[in-house]
Amino acid sequence: MGLKSKDLLGMKQLTPEEIMEILDTAKTMKMVITSGNKKTSHLQGKSVVTLFYENSTRTRLSFELASKYMGSTSANISASGSSVAKGESLLDTARTIDMMGTDIIVMRHPQSGAPHSIADKLNASVVNAGDGMNEHPTQALLDMLTMYERFDKFEGKKIAICGDIYHSRVVRSNAIGLAKLGANVSVYGPRTMMPIGIEKMGVTIADSVEDCVRDADAVMGLRVQLERMKSSLFPSVAEYAKFYAITPEVLKLAKPDAFLMHPGPCNHGVELPTAVYDCDQSVINKQVTNGVAVRMAVLYLLMARRNNL
Amino acid sequence: MKTILKNCKLVNSDKTEIYIEDGKFADKFDEKIADEVIDVNGRTVLPGLVDMHVHFREPGYEYKENIATGSAAAARGGFTSVCTMPNTNPVCDNAAVVSGIIKKANEVGLVRVYPIGAAGKNLESNELAEIGLMKEAGIVAISNDGKPIATSGFMRKVLEYSSDFDIPVLNHEEDLTISDGAMNEGEVSTSIGIRGVPTASEDIMIARDIILSEYLGIPVHICHVSTKGGLRMIREAKARGVKVTCETCPHYFTLTDKSCENYDTNFKMHPPLRTEEDRLAVIEAIKDGTVDCIVTDHAPHHQDDKEVEFSHALNGIVGLESSFALCYTYLVKPGIITMEKLLELMCYNPSNILKLGRGGMNVGDDADLAVFDLDNEFVFEKDKMLSKGRNTPFDGWKLYGQTVLTMMGGKKTYELR
Repeated sequence: MGLKSKDLLGMKQLTPEEIMEILDTAKTMKMVITSGNKKTSHLQGKSVVTLFYENSTRTRLSFELASKYMGSTSANISASGSSVAKGESLLDTARTIDMMGTDIIVMRHPQSGAPHSIADKLNASVVNAGDGMNEHPTQALLDMLTMYERFDKFEGKKIAICGDIYHSRVVRSNAIGLAKLGANVSVYGPRTMMPIGIEKMGVTIADSVEDCVRDADAVMGLRVQLERMKSSLFPSVAEYAKFYAITPEVLKLAKPDAFLMHPGPCNHGVELPTAVYDCDQSVINKQVTNGVAVRMAVLYLLMARRNNL
Repeated sequence: MKTILKNCKLVNSDKTEIYIEDGKFADKFDEKIADEVIDVNGRTVLPGLVDMHVHFREPGYEYKENIATGSAAAARGGFTSVCTMPNTNPVCDNAAVVSGIIKKANEVGLVRVYPIGAAGKNLESNELAEIGLMKEAGIVAISNDGKPIATSGFMRKVLEYSSDFDIPVLNHEEDLTISDGAMNEGEVSTSIGIRGVPTASEDIMIARDIILSEYLGIPVHICHVSTKGGLRMIREAKARGVKVTCETCPHYFTLTDKSCENYDTNFKMHPPLRTEEDRLAVIEAIKDGTVDCIVTDHAPHHQDDKEVEFSHALNGIVGLESSFALCYTYLVKPGIITMEKLLELMCYNPSNILKLGRGGMNVGDDADLAVFDLDNEFVFEKDKMLSKGRNTPFDGWKLYGQTVLTMMGGKKTYELR
């Protein structure tokens, strides 16, 4: 089977079969991470560069570890420590990395569509590690892997996503991916953080946080992205926590075996009380392991496609 | 200098020959005394087109376009008169810049250039620019285009003061307090994560300008209308007798925001491409006379300004060289409007609104004309453009209405080779 495209730009570009192949591959990769010897030769003799124009802990480190666990030569470059700080354009920067023999460029950028604008111009494969408010496909894939480990089919499952919908690339990628696999996504957040036309992406807009979470099979909180807000979209943290947070009471409305996810980093006491973050239903920390597994799967499958051409 | 065009096809006339003497249309004279006889082989001859909304970038941004290349592009599009917007550097907000543009345009001599002055000094909405002195230097209108005349109070001042000089006010309609995006706000912008420019931003300002125009009894011209709601208000205001006129552009009746899905910056302009509903409303408004003019908003940019992240890319597309063919192919050929109507939109109405006195083909009128091939399909190619800008969304489009010949004052300014 394999992946059709040279690049992984978003869930928009993946077929349901490709998504399932990534998830199945990731399940295998997870065994590598949890084994005593975290080394394979899948990417031996290959190179992976992470190019980050935005801060990151989980995504960047998990890509780096994923590539290293599979034996690749890996390097990192960030906007602040590079010629980007001297005003070099994205395209020039990307071409420079490309010409050093890089096989895969993993890129994060604050502008939506930034990886799309360079992918066609490079020999290297481009993996979107988050572009502005557009997509974060490997986050959605790791969220989906977390779900896939707990229910074997997505069809008919209710996934509740609460918080700052407007600025969230995570919600966009999840909405697209989950819809492709037949799940029902319900979203809720302040109206000031609800983008016009989101329902056209196949999600349902709930009337309240309770309505959103009720009978859900999985619940996801989203970080309030204060850094992307040009002006305040809600009056205070206290008010947000009271009307929009996933409290223990709200979480009780979900199905008894439902679990709680959050892409991190979390604003404790804003979108989630710490008690909820740490509760038995929370799989937030387990998601992090899945992040490495999914990124191993993505790098492996993209490299396999390159090798076969 | 005596020229004859023969085998012409004219709109509304059975004449097949056109006589030009010393730059003016003339009475019939003997072919033997002609300096040149041009056989146009049955092609359609129209009065030279008028575009009341272009950006020639000179002075200041000559790397994007200059008066010479902009003029050549205009001539290739069949235009013999254009009005240049004032957002140059320095801004065209004083008589010296106006005179400089006119002097340069006359030296180039490929199109009649009528500068538009800034309404506010440095395109700000604080202090009035020297509208009277700029009129003496040759401006035909004022506008802060690229930016709105932001506050109601300043707009009132601009309308009142410019009316003393009988200078039309053209406004770019955008309420910046609810508009900070890079494309139309809606389903597509949400799906691809680009901040949006809501139709409400344009509609609110159009409403304001209609209200002020009606209240003061002073005409206002609405630039590049892209929304269904804006057109509805203009239609309703006109019916009530408000002195409001408006323009739209070919991209608003040929494209929608769906085209932005791949982050191609050649589909990024202000106002942004809207939805299919808006596109159909623009066509309806062209048909029923709500729209007075079709302009290009010709906005050349260098690739360095466009081959960047979508949100960082500058707004605008070139338009002079594709405008007539798009209008002919998508409005006249399918029978939505007649050629006479298209001439109103692309020649007579802009000339009348700005009192340019263009469009005449009677004996004694300046011999401004353009010859088009309406019968044969051609491929519009960006690499053949004479504009410095390559930022067109229409590269590779198959169109009808290629320009064959353009003459300004009896002088050839473009000839298809």
